Amino acid sequence: MVNMAAKAAIQVLDVTKIFDGRTVLDRIRLDVFQGETLVILGGSGSGKSTLLSLMIGNRRSDGGDIVALGKSLIGMTDQEMVEYRKSIGVLFQSGALFNSMSVADNVALPLREHTDLPEETIDIMVKIKLELVGLREHAEKMPAQLSGGMKKRAGLARAISLDPRLLFYDEPSAGLDPVTSAEIDQLIIDLNHKLGVTSVVVTHEMDSAFRIADRMVLLDRGRFVASGTPEEMKASDNALVRQFIHGLTEGPLTDRRRAGGYENDLLGVDI
Amino acid sequence: MKLLLLPLIALRNGVEFIGGWGYLLWDTLLAFRRAIFAKRGRRLGWQNLWYQMERVGVRSIPIVSLVLFCIGAILALQMAPTLRQFGLVSTVPDIISVAVYRELGPLVSAIVLTGFAGASIAAEIGSMVVAEEIEALQAHAISPVRFLVVPRVVATTIMMVCVAVVGDLMGTAGGLTISQGVLGIDFRQYLTHTYDILRTRDFITGLIKAAVFGSLISSLACYLGLRVTGGAEGVGVATTRTVVLTIVALIATDLLFTAAFYARGW
Repeated sequence: MVNMAAKAAIQVLDVTKIFDGRTVLDRIRLDVFQGETLVILGGSGSGKSTLLSLMIGNRRSDGGDIVALGKSLIGMTDQEMVEYRKSIGVLFQSGALFNSMSVADNVALPLREHTDLPEETIDIMVKIKLELVGLREHAEKMPAQLSGGMKKRAGLARAISLDPRLLFYDEPSAGLDPVTSAEIDQLIIDLNHKLGVTSVVVTHEMDSAFRIADRMVLLDRGRFVASGTPEEMKASDNALVRQFIHGLTEGPLTDRRRAGGYENDLLGVDI
Repeated sequence: MKLLLLPLIALRNGVEFIGGWGYLLWDTLLAFRRAIFAKRGRRLGWQNLWYQMERVGVRSIPIVSLVLFCIGAILALQMAPTLRQFGLVSTVPDIISVAVYRELGPLVSAIVLTGFAGASIAAEIGSMVVAEEIEALQAHAISPVRFLVVPRVVATTIMMVCVAVVGDLMGTAGGLTISQGVLGIDFRQYLTHTYDILRTRDFITGLIKAAVFGSLISSLACYLGLRVTGGAEGVGVATTRTVVLTIVALIATDLLFTAAFYARGW
């Protein structure tokens, strides 16, 4: 176990996050091991996107700490945070391309900002990254001219432009048709193999999760309820895991919603 | 009870707003200093600044020219009857010059620029917030203040001064046209009066105001844009608030400056 922890690329240590008095993450513990693809599953509002934004340093936790690439995110100075962010890549749900720049300029931006490379070298690097995601011939297009899947691929090319050691994906297949979604999944798997990065994927798309995951965890109401390999998750007899994985209409998740004091609400009585 | 709390809530929101805006201004100043001495990102910085200057300033010049020309003309027409009663029609150029160069040139140009640049900056940055672009910048270790706010504030400040100069000249042209055509003041006489009455100080105080107005317009627009929440509707709200708040802030600042210049005898 100690040995495993030594190889952890990210350690989430008792992290708590509170928004307006509501505990979104409740003393979460999680290790992401080097080279693996970890999928964080969870329904809407389960806290998974919050956990992702904490891991990329865009938000600060209200308790606990995250140790990424051997350094505590809480104790980082601004300069250390800059260095950390240069060693990670993030694919946002919408792709988050800069709409005023062409695809090539989007991918080139981190290189222009953080390296002293001459323009010719940057051009070559941009072409390599775009070829990796299959968008080389669309380099000069503006984001508005791209389809949803192409935007995500372009976002991915930008995320890997500085050869990151950690890659974070926020809902990579949300809003895509099944074929494009499968293509993005394959891309994630290929990039993991080709670049040898550690990946954290936040999603609620089960097909996608099972395709890409080495290990999965299920987040519910700010706490982890289960973790394991895709096979272990499939075989789990935890009612909540079974309901989530199989998309069942009956189970603890829906029971909870039904027990929301509907009768009291109708009768105008405070719960 | 709730009614009693309303002023307190408004006060808290006001303090929070001004505090946040002040913090952004301070951050912008620090980032500007760093950007000047930075080795990296310069190529992008200049390109970006140039683009913003064109977008903010160059495109607004025709409108500012038209508006200030009309204002110069209106002033001449409004003042002439009263001045004629005292036999002082020949002082029309003097009054127009002082009014336009010290006051109306910078202020009216700033109000036009608020509609032009302020609204579009707020809408642009607000849309970027909604589209996760700001988060993406942060995730790439690129400071949104340095990358987005600094070029816009610097470009608007520079271009506001340039636009105010154009506005000043066009105000004079408007007054001149009416004076020559309607009031019977020879254009040579008009220009001589203008030249004689105007001191460098009048021109400079106007330009100092213009520079402050420029940074006010852009920093408020960036701040309100960055604070956008709630999707497309939030962008609309931010754009409207930017225009309204900026115009109020411009006039309040103008009063402060004019009072300060008055007290110093400028």
